[in-house]
Parts: sequence; structure tokens; C-alpha cells
Amino acid sequence: MTKISVTVNGTAQTHEVEPRQLLVYYLREKLGLTGTHIGCDTSSCGACTVHMDGMAVKSCSILAVQADGCEITTIEGLAKGDQLHPVQEGFKECHGLQCGFCTPGMIMSATDLLQNNPDPTEEDIRHALEGNICRCTGYHNIVRSIQWAAEKMKTSARALDGAPVSTSPVYASVNLNQQQQV
Amino acid sequence: MVTKQIGKPQNRVDGRDKVTGRARYAAEFSATDLAYGVVVSSAIAKGKIKEMDTSEALRVEGVLDIFTSENRPKLASYDSSFQDEDAPPGSPFRPLFNRDILFNMQPIALVVAETYELARYAASLVKVEYETEEHVTNFEAERTNAYEPEEYKSTPPPDPWGKPETALKEAEHRISEVYSHPSQHHNPMEMHASTAIWEGDGRITVYDKIQGVLNSQEYIMGVFGLAKEDVRVLSPFVGGAFGSGLRPQYQLFMAVMATLELKRSVRVVLTRPQMFSFGHRPKTVQQLSLGASADGTLEAVVHHAFAETSRFEDYSEDVIIWPGVLYKCENVKLSHKLVGLDVYTPLDMRAPGGTTGIFALECAIDELSYKVGMDPVEFRLKNYSVKDQNVNKPFSSKELQECYRQGAELFGWKNRNPQPRSMREGHNLIGWGVANGAWEATQKPSGAKAVLTKEGKLTVSSATADIGTGTYTIMSQIAAECMGLPIENVEFKLGDSSLPQSPLEGGSWTASTVGSAVKLVCEKLGEKLLELAQESDDSPFKEVSIEEVEFTDGQMRLKEDTSVAIPLTQLLKENQKDSVQVEAESKPADEQENYSPYSHSVVFVEVNVDEDLGTIKVTRVVSAVAGGRILNPKTAWSQILGGVVWGIGMALEEYSVMDHQYGRFINHDLAEYHVPVNADVHDVEVIFVDEEDQIVNPLGVKGLGEIGIVSVAPAIANAVYHATGKRVRDLPITLDKVM
Ligand code: FES
Ligand code: FES
Repeated sequence: MTKISVTVNGTAQTHEVEPRQLLVYYLREKLGLTGTHIGCDTSSCGACTVHMDGMAVKSCSILAVQADGCEITTIEGLAKGDQLHPVQEGFKECHGLQCGFCTPGMIMSATDLLQNNPDPTEEDIRHALEGNICRCTGYHNIVRSIQWAAEKMKTSARALDGAPVSTSPVYASVNLNQQQQV
Repeated sequence: MVTKQIGKPQNRVDGRDKVTGRARYAAEFSATDLAYGVVVSSAIAKGKIKEMDTSEALRVEGVLDIFTSENRPKLASYDSSFQDEDAPPGSPFRPLFNRDILFNMQPIALVVAETYELARYAASLVKVEYETEEHVTNFEAERTNAYEPEEYKSTPPPDPWGKPETALKEAEHRISEVYSHPSQHHNPMEMHASTAIWEGDGRITVYDKIQGVLNSQEYIMGVFGLAKEDVRVLSPFVGGAFGSGLRPQYQLFMAVMATLELKRSVRVVLTRPQMFSFGHRPKTVQQLSLGASADGTLEAVVHHAFAETSRFEDYSEDVIIWPGVLYKCENVKLSHKLVGLDVYTPLDMRAPGGTTGIFALECAIDELSYKVGMDPVEFRLKNYSVKDQNVNKPFSSKELQECYRQGAELFGWKNRNPQPRSMREGHNLIGWGVANGAWEATQKPSGAKAVLTKEGKLTVSSATADIGTGTYTIMSQIAAECMGLPIENVEFKLGDSSLPQSPLEGGSWTASTVGSAVKLVCEKLGEKLLELAQESDDSPFKEVSIEEVEFTDGQMRLKEDTSVAIPLTQLLKENQKDSVQVEAESKPADEQENYSPYSHSVVFVEVNVDEDLGTIKVTRVVSAVAGGRILNPKTAWSQILGGVVWGIGMALEEYSVMDHQYGRFINHDLAEYHVPVNADVHDVEVIFVDEEDQIVNPLGVKGLGEIGIVSVAPAIANAVYHATGKRVRDLPITLDKVM
């Protein structure tokens, strides 16, 4: 057993873990954060995507011990209280899901994409999400959901710049560490 | 019906839970005493277990027990106890029953430990020695032994009509070709899982990945001899299934067995490779011979299908009924034979039989249209059927012509040059193809319960499932509509064996089946509310009949004079009721017997084929669907989109490769079994044409889960021909086949 300390969704956690435990099992079984799903054993599907120090990673291909000292955000930590992240809202509004099993991973990957590319084209989105498989939706609405979120985030960013816009929820940036300070 | 809810593009009522990670699937329920089970799979396809050594695995600290055929608890021994609601005729597989190996990756042991990591490690230490027998997994080699089963799971082939052989011989134009498609696996994103919770007093609660909780409950009762009140099965969310969850799979058996033996909660989750060890779309080879007269009249159809099954069950699906459904033809002969292999029994996979049979038929029809020299759309319309010739009944409705009209217009079909290889862009050959299809629109009996509280909250429930299709949402819409309540005041409950009976969710019948039950139970609730109002002598509703009242805006009111109204909350309060509850059981109307109910679709496809590399891109799809009444355009559109992309996978990618040396599907993971990814999808347009159907069920809906996929693969194959001049009759159409 090895002792690790990680900050998960803003809360500091310290646990003894088996060195062979994958991060995804640590999150699901130890912390009960079952929103991070498992869909394969070959790091192909992306259902397990979380953010580690602000970057999207597949938590099935990282050992829990490798996360020692890191900040992790899972799907459960993306919304601010009752206020959904624009990407979450987008998936809900644009019907970017059916069974919902791929959804947390898709959302975590998409927020990472928008962090690096706030104005992605359809092509950009389709390629950026190459590591996330959805078996239900046919992907179309997933792309629309992300475009919807990008649009919303741009509007909100303009609001922060002082431009007159509607009263939609304010997100300065998808950088999660910053978000907590907004 | 005043429609405020039905037909509205309502967002999913479960959307918020799904985007926040709160929706919990079978592997996500827990208990303080939870242990983890890992399944050990057989490495051979046929033979016996000679020796299994579990000693080293048992020495691992934290391992609780290892179950094998030698130490398993007593189980039921009759086939009937293991036969579930979707079992084909035969003798179902019984896990850990004895030492016999019937297929590769058969579950042969369950290792249970305190943690998942320990269980998985210990499972790797189990040593097995086999007595190997020669297996047969080669379909082609075994085809000579194909047989007609004593009992078909599917519709038995109808008797021939007309004089098919003579008509074929005398036809001016003929084609006779063989079409085949490989075994394919469902691969829902959620791997099959069951969490069995030990309740401490002999009762168990099981969270299972299943398309119908009652099927799992019955199975557990039968196999383990438990009473109904001791087993509750729940399945609130299912991470996709596409048919893989129609039958209780072996992880359920394993989790329940271990829980009952260890008297503590156990979870068993299959690995992705194990997802290839139970049920698949069967490899099917079809010989199709068609004949047409000089003017393009379809004169003869001779259709023989050969499909894979296991050695222990006769699985068959509706592969050969499609010529009789889709085309008018006076001379038809159909047959369907099975090829028994040492594999697990195939299992219904999205539009079972339809995708298979329509693929072959629609490719053959396209080939014949070229022989005749007619436009493929025109040829199909010339031979349009107005009745289902298999059963000689008219369709309950069929707006397929309208699908052709609207679809062709949106796609721009009239600009097509019929000549293959006539369109290109740089080194990309461009092809346009078309195909049409159908899927049965069935209604089955189902129960439902409705409870209205004095706060005005309505809860409707039924033991059905939502595998992602939107059951929660559309049922809430139907109930809200019927009772005139805002959707926020309505909750629909499902996936719980303690709720009123409902059939498996599959075959596109849930909207129609459960929807009809929800409608009926709400009507009953309305009657009960009226009776309640009539209890007081001075009620303005005293002398009125149910036909004279309507429910809207949270009120019951007179249709004639809408000022005579009472809020439902007030009605309950005035009568000192905390709630009003009714149950109902809906059944298909007798009148349905006289008709053949089907949904229909036409799909137009554009492909780009790189002339140098052979890579194929589906650049444009227009899917025009006649699916009866559309309850929710958002969920409906999404269903069809999903189906289209499944069709792309079927046409170009999906192929479970059997390694005959081991008798095992060798590409058994998502790295090697290719499913469409985001970048495989380009323009997809969906059209729903208006279709009124008063017969199909009280709601006029037809279900959309399968109709979206059936016409896609043949349309792609036909487009590939138009682009390249090559007919690829063997799926998937990979680049080596077009080079
Ligand atoms: S579970 Fe991590 S990529 Fe599939
Ligand atoms: S919504 Fe089911 S896998 Fe994406």
C-alpha cells in the first residue's frame, strides 16, 4: 500500500492505495465518484476522462499513485453548485446524449478542447474527440452541444469584458482552477 | 387529443442527471459489505475441464472464495428454469453447470475478493487444464450441414406463392448473387454488470444491466429457487444495450450466486473481451435470385438465408420476410436454414434480421434495376407493395412514397447520372445510392400505474426500461398530456421489478406498448377523478360523462363550458384524499389482427471513394422515415441519427473476426473491433414524413429504434457501386475490396 494525497473536486484526499490501482477505480470505488465511467480495457473509449491538473486524461491509463499531489476534476466537480458548466448545459439542451454513459467523458474532453480552442470548427471538434466513443447518438448532437457551449462561453466572456449581453451564467474561462475564483 | 406535450421537442427529463454524473448504472451501486467478482474465461472452444487448480489464487490475502463447476451451489437443472423471456428454442447455457466447454471464453470460474484489483490478480492465478475436442467455427465449412430448425424463433418461412422457379427462368432480366455479412457485436459503451446487494434476511436487491427487469427476476427465481418477494431487480439507467441486454447474461448469475453463498453483496462486471462472449449478430449468407420483365416488373424472388447459431440453441431472426413486405411480386420462394457452430448463441442486435435481410434484398434490387436499365428509385416505386404478401394483409399505414418524394428532393437525386464512375472530385470518386426498408410496429400488452397526489404531482410507473432511447421522457410527455399537467409535475418510474408488468424493451415496441399503457392508466385516472367529483351532490360534474370533460392546465373542466372547472389539487383536498391511485393493463386491439403494421424508410447516401487508396467516406445521408406519430422530435431525431451511424459501422467497419484455430473472436476489444467515431460522421439529414395511423395503437406511434439502421448499409453499398463500378456483396466494405 502507498499513501497518496490528491485534491479531487476541490477537496483534499489522503488514502492508502494499492500500487496497481488505476485512478479510475480509486475515484469510483474509494471516493464513490461513479460519474467517471469505464467502457474498455484498451484506453480506446474515453468514458473515463477526467482533468488532471487542468488537462483531460483517461483515468483508466493512470495509476492512482501517479496522481499523488495532483488536482483532479471529475464530472461531479464541473458544475458550480446548481449552475451547470456551459458544456454540461449544451449536452442537455442539444440532446448530446442518449444512454448517457459516454457523456461524462465527452464533457470532460470537450471542456479541455474549448480551453485550448474556444472557437472550434465542426471538423476541429470531430477530430479533438477522436478518443471518445459514443455508441448511441451518432455524434451529431455531441458536436452541436459543444458548439452551443462555445457560443455561450464567448458571450459570457464578452459580458466580463463589459460588453452588453444577456444575463446568461458567467464563465470567464473553462480553466477549472480559475473557475473556482470567479 | 389537445397536444401540448406530445410532439414537443422536450429536453430529456434525465438530462441533468446524465450531464452531472448522477445517473447511476448497474456497476455504480454499492454497499458497505461489497465484494468484487471477476470471471475466469475458458481458453478453448470445445472440450472439458480436466483440472482446475485454484490453490494459489485462494492463497492471495483478501480472496474470499472461488466458484467453479465443482463447488458451486445446487442449481435448478431443468432447461425451463434457465429459459428467459428471449430464449430461442433449445437448451440454454447454464454457467458453472458442469465441466463441459461449449464455446470459447465460456465463464468457468468466479473469483471473489475484497477489492477488484485482488480479484483480478487472483483470477490470473487460476490454472486450468483442458481436454480439448475439435471445434467447428468455420461457417463456410459447416454450411453443408445447414438445417431447418424444428421450431423457429423468428417467423417461419411462409409457403412459396406463385411459380417462382418458372417465373425466374422466364424473366427477361435476372440476377443471382450471394450476399454475406460477418458476425458483429453490440458493444454498448457500458459493459455488462450486476451488483447484488445482500439484504441480511435472505432477500436480495440486484442492480442489473438488462432491457427488462422482470426477465432477470424470473431468471433468478428459476435458477436459484427464490421466491418473488425475495428478489428485487432494478435497472434505472442502462448504458446502451442494442439487444445485448435482452437476455440475463452470466454476470447476473455469477453475482447472485456469490451473494447467496457468501451472504454479502457482490458486484461482477465483465471486461470488454468478455463482452464478445455472449451473443452477437449472426454471420449470415444469403442467396438471392430476382427476375424482372422487360418493363421492370418484379416477376420472381427466390431468397435463401443461411445463418449461424450455437450447438445448443436454435437462434433465428426475420431475415427473409422482407421481399414480401417491401415489394409486390407474384412468384416468391423463401427459405431460412441454420448453421450450428461451437459458439455462444447469437442474440438480437439492433433490427435483428432486418438489417441483414434488407441489406441483401436492397443490394439485389439495385443490381436488378441496373439490369433493367431503370433508375433505382423508379424501379422500386414501380414494384411498390400495398399489402404484406407474407400474411396477405394490408398495411395499417404506409407513407413510403412520401419518404421517396421528400428524401429525393432534399438529396437532389434527380441530378444523378446513373452511369457508375461518372462523378468525381479530384481523385475522389463520388457515388450516390439509395435503399428502402421497413420494421415491424408492434404493440404488446403492458401494465402501468398512476398516482396523483393532492399537491398535484403525478407519478406514472411501469417495469419497462430506458436504454437511452428516451422512455423516461416520452412517457412523462404522454402522461402530462393526458392529465393536462406541466411536465415538471410528472415523474415516470421504470426499471424496477416491483412495478407493473411490462415486456422487454426491444423491437421498437416500447413507445407503442408502454405508451399505450400510460395513456390508458391516465384515462382511468381521469374517470376516477370524475367519480370523485361526482360524490358531492352539488357538483357541476354530477351528470356528465367522461367524454364531456377534459384535463388541462391542472384542471378538470367541461369541454362545452370551460368555465366549469376544478383544479385537481382542489378536487383531492375537498374529498380529503392525499392521493388517488389506479392501475391498468393495456392490450392491442383486436382490429390490429386485420392489418400488417410497419414503419418505413428511404435512405439516400453519397460516398467519396479515394481512387488511389480505396478509403470510403460517407459524406452525405438523407434518411426519410415514415414512423407514425412523432412523440418528441428531439429524441426521435437522435434515434434515427444513431441508427444511421450504426448503418455506417455495419457497412464499412464492424466485423468480429473469428480465429478458427482457437475458435475465438480475436478482435475482442474496442481497439480492434471498429465502431464509427466522431470523424466518420459527416452530413446527416433526417426527415419524418406525416403519417397518421389509427390502427397501430391508440397513440399512432410506430417506434424508431430500428427503422433508422435498416436501409443504411445497402444504400452505402449501392453508392459504392455507383462511385467505383464495383459491387461489394460481402460486408464490411473495406478498402481492399474496392481497390
Ligand atoms: S475506460 Fe478509459 S478509455 Fe475506455
Ligand atoms: S449516449 Fe450512449 S454511448 Fe453515448
